[in-house]
Amino acid sequence: MTETAFLIAAILLMINVIFCVYRAAIGPTPGDRVVAINMITGKTIAVMALVSFMYHEELFLDVAITYTLIGYTATICVAKYLELKRL
Amino acid sequence: MREILVLFLLFSGVFFFTVGTIGLLRLPDVFCRLHANTKSDTLGVGLVLSSLLLYEGLSSAGVKLIFMIIFILITNPTAGHIVARASYDTIVDWTGQLARQKGGDD
Repeated sequence: MTETAFLIAAILLMINVIFCVYRAAIGPTPGDRVVAINMITGKTIAVMALVSFMYHEELFLDVAITYTLIGYTATICVAKYLELKRL
Repeated sequence: MREILVLFLLFSGVFFFTVGTIGLLRLPDVFCRLHANTKSDTLGVGLVLSSLLLYEGLSSAGVKLIFMIIFILITNPTAGHIVARASYDTIVDWTGQLARQKGGDD
C-alpha cells in the first residue's frame, strides 16, 4: 500500500515537472529559466528517491546524490555567467 | 501508525511542491518566482525525503537520505540567492522599472 502511495506521489511530481518545463520554455528572462530548471532538479531528486524505494534498488539513491551535486553546479555556473558575462 | 506518518509527510511534501509550481507559473517576475522556488521546493524535498527516511529506518540507504537532506538544505537557498543577485542588475521587474533603481543604494 505504501508503495502504491509512492507511485502516486511520483506521478503527481512528474505532472508538476511538465508545468515547470512550460515555464522554462516561455520564461522571458534567463533568470526565469534557471529558476525553473532548479525546480525541475528538486522534483527529479524526489522522484528518483521514490523510484528507488518502489523497486528496492539502492543504486538509484547514488544517482540522486550525483544529480543533486550536478544541479547545484549547473545553477551556480549559469548564474555566474549571467552576472559576469563570462565563466 | 508509522505508515500513516509516512503517508502524511509524503503527501504534504507533494502539496508544497504543487504550491511551488503554481507560484512559478502565476507570479509576475523572476524575484517573486524565486520566492516561490526557494522556500516551497526546499521544504518539499525535505518532507519527501524525511518520509522515505522514516519508512526505511537507519540503514545505508537512510544515511544517504540524511546526506541528501542536509545538502539540499544548504544548497537550495544558496542557489536562489545567487540567481537573485545575478538578475538584480539587468532585469526589469513587474512594475516596469529596473530592480536596481528601485531597490535603494548599494
